[in-house]
Amino acid sequence: MSTPQRALELVSVSLAQGKRAVLAGASLSLEFGEVLVLAGRNGAGKTTLLRIATGLLAPDTGSVLLEGRPLAARTRREVARALALVPQDTSVPFPFTVEEIVLLGRAPHLGAFGFESREDRRIAGVCMERLGIGALAQRSIQELSGGELQLAMIARALAQTPRILLLDEPVAHLDLAHRLALEELLRSLAREGRAALLVSHDLAGAARVADRIALLAAGCVLACGTPREVLRPELMREAFEVDAQLVETSEGPVVVPRRAG
Amino acid sequence: MLSLLALALAGALALGVAVGPSGLALDQVWQALTGSADSVAQDIVLRVRLPRVLLAAGVGASLATAGAAFQALLRNSLADPFILGISGGAALGAILVIALGGAVGLGASAAPPAAFAGAIVAVLLLLAAAGPRGRLDATRLLLIGVVFNALASAMIVFLASIAGLTEGSRIFLYLIGNLSDARPALAAWVGAFLALGLAGLVPLARALNALALGDDTAALLGFEPARVKLALLLATSLLVGAAVAVAGLIGFVGLIVPHALRLLIGADHRLLLPASALGGAAFLVLCDALARTLLGGPELPVGAITALVGGPLFLLLLRRREGLLQ
Repeated sequence: MSTPQRALELVSVSLAQGKRAVLAGASLSLEFGEVLVLAGRNGAGKTTLLRIATGLLAPDTGSVLLEGRPLAARTRREVARALALVPQDTSVPFPFTVEEIVLLGRAPHLGAFGFESREDRRIAGVCMERLGIGALAQRSIQELSGGELQLAMIARALAQTPRILLLDEPVAHLDLAHRLALEELLRSLAREGRAALLVSHDLAGAARVADRIALLAAGCVLACGTPREVLRPELMREAFEVDAQLVETSEGPVVVPRRAG
Repeated sequence: MLSLLALALAGALALGVAVGPSGLALDQVWQALTGSADSVAQDIVLRVRLPRVLLAAGVGASLATAGAAFQALLRNSLADPFILGISGGAALGAILVIALGGAVGLGASAAPPAAFAGAIVAVLLLLAAAGPRGRLDATRLLLIGVVFNALASAMIVFLASIAGLTEGSRIFLYLIGNLSDARPALAAWVGAFLALGLAGLVPLARALNALALGDDTAALLGFEPARVKLALLLATSLLVGAAVAVAGLIGFVGLIVPHALRLLIGADHRLLLPASALGGAAFLVLCDALARTLLGGPELPVGAITALVGGPLFLLLLRRREGLLQ
């Protein structure tokens, strides 16, 4: 890559649903080679922001740039080759095998009637191995646990070979070991020069994995910076309305909320 | 797997032609097919049994394929071809002609085109009611379908209650579903719409796989969910409209066949759609062979057989499904 281009840029994006302003002039940028964690209380607009960043929702005002060009002007297929989203929850109503689901990630790279090539299968296999679910390849997706399903969905997104990976609360169903493995995966994507944006409530994990954390509150980005810059008691109070102290650990700062009263 | 199903269909077709209430011996059937039998046997085999078996195959293929498509559209493996009210429109069209057609000089042969017109009206109403934004949300479609079917059956009940005794029993037969009107032209008609419907649906198969992950994920895999759903709805309405027009409401084929095939060959629609066509054809041909021979003389409406065979089979599948979930 000659010039380090911005992966995604949201410029003062606003969106109202009914009378409620979900986003009110939120701006955020994602650079290639970084992991950015988006945090904020429930209903702060994190998922809405992700949906706008992917073009699933059009903002009322503001603009979204994908790799420097307006997202709205791109075809779905172009977008699908550049970025992938792992949604919060996925239910699969039919007994597809894990491999079939992961192979769906190759869809944006195939012709209209194309069956997947050997190369597509190889990529899907590598992605499953990367998530540690190679042994599940021939299992029905409906027989998986919540965590295994989550891993399969991440493998599916990776199989898209996206330059930008967006994840909506990816650790929610994952045990500690898999959380750490996912953090390692995100770091390695960043080292490969790709960009990752994830919504997470796990601030301890965010402190470990993120280059930057963005705090969303009242439809705006309240703060955005390194974990040490953002994970501060006064910002925690403003974003979450919780009194918190910060405990330094060998793995970075950990936010410990205090009980009220 | 597809070749196995094709083989099963070929077997079913052969059996369907070989059996019937007239009790022709097998060598007579063979002679009729090769053109060396007496004229009575020739007529029975070529003019009665062959169109009938082909009609059953066409209707079964249409219903099962439509069922698989609707299950994909609604992301629900328990959906059937009649769930969105398109069949209700078709039935209403046919029954209007059966009940009142006599008064304006329309004979029974006018029922299939009227039914097909009813199906087209129903799918247009469905699209209009689903809203201008064209998202074709599954829950919304389902609710509209429930309302459409309820309205259609209310009007059918009304028509049945004012119809005469003969018309009333024909309405009853139509609602159960039967293949007794097996004119060669109707078999050809169903075959033509089956070809059209399949030509519309098979290219959508990969998009349907993606839709299983939800509209958003499908869109982010590069597909256009709204366009895919609209194309699916139009192609499927041709299948349902043509099948219901000639055979009435034959139940269970469209529900059971795709469901059973999914357990056997998996969920990939690139395989499931053609497999459903073959499997549905074989299933209905066999059920129809039973319907024609079970009582020896008078035939049963095939809709009763599919329900008798399909009902218990469906319960078994449900139990197996629950077993998997536990």
